[in-house]
Amino acid sequence: MTWFSHAWGWVLELTWAHLWLSLPAILLSVAIAVPVGRLAFRRPGLGGALLSGSSLLYSIPALPLLIIVPAVFGVPLRSSATIIIALTVYGAALMVRTAADAFASVDSHVREAAIAVGHAPRELFWKVDLPLAVPVLVAGLRVVTVSTVGLVTIGALIGVPSLGTLFTDGFQRGIVAEVATGLIATVVLALALDGLCLLAGRALTPWRRAVEGAGA
Amino acid sequence: MNLLLEAAAWLADAAHWTGPGSVPVRVLEHLWVTALVVGAAAVVAIPTGVWVGHTGRGRTAVIAFAGAARAVPTLGLLTLLGLWLGIGLGAPLLALVVLAVPSLLAGAYSGVESVDGTTTSAARAIGMSEWQIVTRVELPLAAPVILGGVRAATLQVIATATLAAYIADAGLGRFLFNGLKSRDYAQMLAGALLVTLIALLFEVLLAAAQRRAARAARPAGQKSTSPSNPVFPKGPS
Amino acid sequence: MIEFCGVGKTYAGGTVAVEDFSYTVQANSLVVLVGSSGSGKTTLLRMVNRMVEPTAGSVLIDGRDVAGLDRVRLRRSIGYVLQAGGLLPHRTIADNVATVPVLNGTRRREARSAVVGLLERVGLDPSCAERYPSQLSGGQQQRVGVARALAADPDILLMDEPFGAVDPIVRRELQDELRRLQRELGKTILLVTHDIDEAFRVGDEVVVLKERGVTAQVGTPADILAHPADAFVRSFVGADRAERRLRTTDVDGRRVLVDDDGRPAGVLVAAEERRTAP
Repeated sequence: MTWFSHAWGWVLELTWAHLWLSLPAILLSVAIAVPVGRLAFRRPGLGGALLSGSSLLYSIPALPLLIIVPAVFGVPLRSSATIIIALTVYGAALMVRTAADAFASVDSHVREAAIAVGHAPRELFWKVDLPLAVPVLVAGLRVVTVSTVGLVTIGALIGVPSLGTLFTDGFQRGIVAEVATGLIATVVLALALDGLCLLAGRALTPWRRAVEGAGA
Repeated sequence: MNLLLEAAAWLADAAHWTGPGSVPVRVLEHLWVTALVVGAAAVVAIPTGVWVGHTGRGRTAVIAFAGAARAVPTLGLLTLLGLWLGIGLGAPLLALVVLAVPSLLAGAYSGVESVDGTTTSAARAIGMSEWQIVTRVELPLAAPVILGGVRAATLQVIATATLAAYIADAGLGRFLFNGLKSRDYAQMLAGALLVTLIALLFEVLLAAAQRRAARAARPAGQKSTSPSNPVFPKGPS
Repeated sequence: MIEFCGVGKTYAGGTVAVEDFSYTVQANSLVVLVGSSGSGKTTLLRMVNRMVEPTAGSVLIDGRDVAGLDRVRLRRSIGYVLQAGGLLPHRTIADNVATVPVLNGTRRREARSAVVGLLERVGLDPSCAERYPSQLSGGQQQRVGVARALAADPDILLMDEPFGAVDPIVRRELQDELRRLQRELGKTILLVTHDIDEAFRVGDEVVVLKERGVTAQVGTPADILAHPADAFVRSFVGADRAERRLRTTDVDGRRVLVDDDGRPAGVLVAAEERRTAP
């Protein structure tokens, strides 16, 4: 507790840094995974390859990935860019399958009806497929969010500040409170963002609440 | 790409292939730690998961535990245990077991639970004991999903064993941390590529094993969940 | 007017859905394509709005080949009603009904202002406008489907097994209302069903299909019932119905028709209250 009383300013600073590493990675993951997932759903032949590929990408361990990213993308090792790129690769790889599943979950009867009344392909995507895929997409987003917030801490090992810095610094200085604070703060941040995703998902799918309200 | 060439040169250097702390030694350490941890975790988690799946008791606790475990940052757990248990292999082993359990537990539990209730009722009706139902009906049918848990846990442990080198002198992670300390990017990258290679190898092997188990469980070619599915997202590692 | 000119559909794998079909749906008439599964009836219906492209022949609407028209615009110019309404589950009833006008660029508010009238026209209480499809009964959803099809005031309505998902009592009600709508609005309607009773109940003209779009008989319900063309039609129409000998008997002053076994089959009524039921 004595440690926390004089270090809380720093903890806040690190939380802020943590957030600014997590959010871009999460948003980029979604931006990549949704179109790729839809492609995988639309073209099952290509989709199989895309899904196997993403599964392989996802099996690359995190710390080695952080070290490989600079060699492939030409960014400095100790930079936010390295963390964001690596976690985007992870998040996207993790979410592509969910995105494909999300589009597959849209009732083909509904999609066909939408085509029959005259939705052009683009309108079909924005007005029918995407909104109806939201529930499954949000489930995937929540997994990516929790996983990304946790993985950001690894960046501390290559010297990029985040709540993970409390682990390395606390370990080197032998302060249990510091490590414990980092652990709790990371979990709280993950759960808070997870909760936000949950709320956003509810706000985007009013028709599902209507059904529950009707007791159907 | 120049950096990759340097890493290749580092790997090609014969000096890195003999003596203590050389590539073969680190690879063996890494595999040994992985086997030990997955084995220990499986002994605890798989019977528990099967029991929960068979009886339906404690399923809420299992789901909550597996979900919550995902949010815990690996490095945090590792350093916390490291402070308590001191430098050495004890802390990483314990941390790794803790991290491997949720995937194995979830796989065993959901595999057994997903077995069709009418199948187990039928087995009971023709006079099988509970033990026979578990071993002769539920386990063979649940094998693909249980293996899915083993696959997720193994990959997670391979990944996290890299971090273990932060507090113990073992595994391929040593090359990464040595390189980080001495700013020797070639060594770092070589270590990273080795770990990646091992992870991909296990991913491919275990995916194939899972496919084979799925075929054995559903010989008629009924559709089952694709084995390449990372059903149990590994935690941060 | 919709003309099918020698249309056929063979899929890439060699499966023949329709061999060779020609028929003209006169303007302002309600024509029913009836047949069991495999008769190609839905394939034929879908050729009209280019959900299916024929591999032989052509479909003309008012003399223009649909193959030369923009698919999306063509579909928006034709009302389409599907089984269970085919409503979008994530849009309110009002938004569902306004779908096509909005797609055509009408402002949402403006399109929604027409919704009340459309809902009333199909016999729905406009208070349901802000609800979601899942909050309505099957019959109500079906009515919304019809309202949506009418929203852009198309000349042609295509109906694919429109009443297949509702219970028999509601189905009859909807069938009667379809007749009423047809009288009031004078649309050209092509309806597909596997239910011969439905075909006879709603159709001005009925096309009985065998397999792969081969026409077994074309005629008014009365024609087909009176003179089934062959054994296929006779059995499809219901052998007992075509062959049934009915006689009348008096029950409480009303003349009841009974068959040879003495089972009641219907009631004879005076001409002025007669309905077109077969």
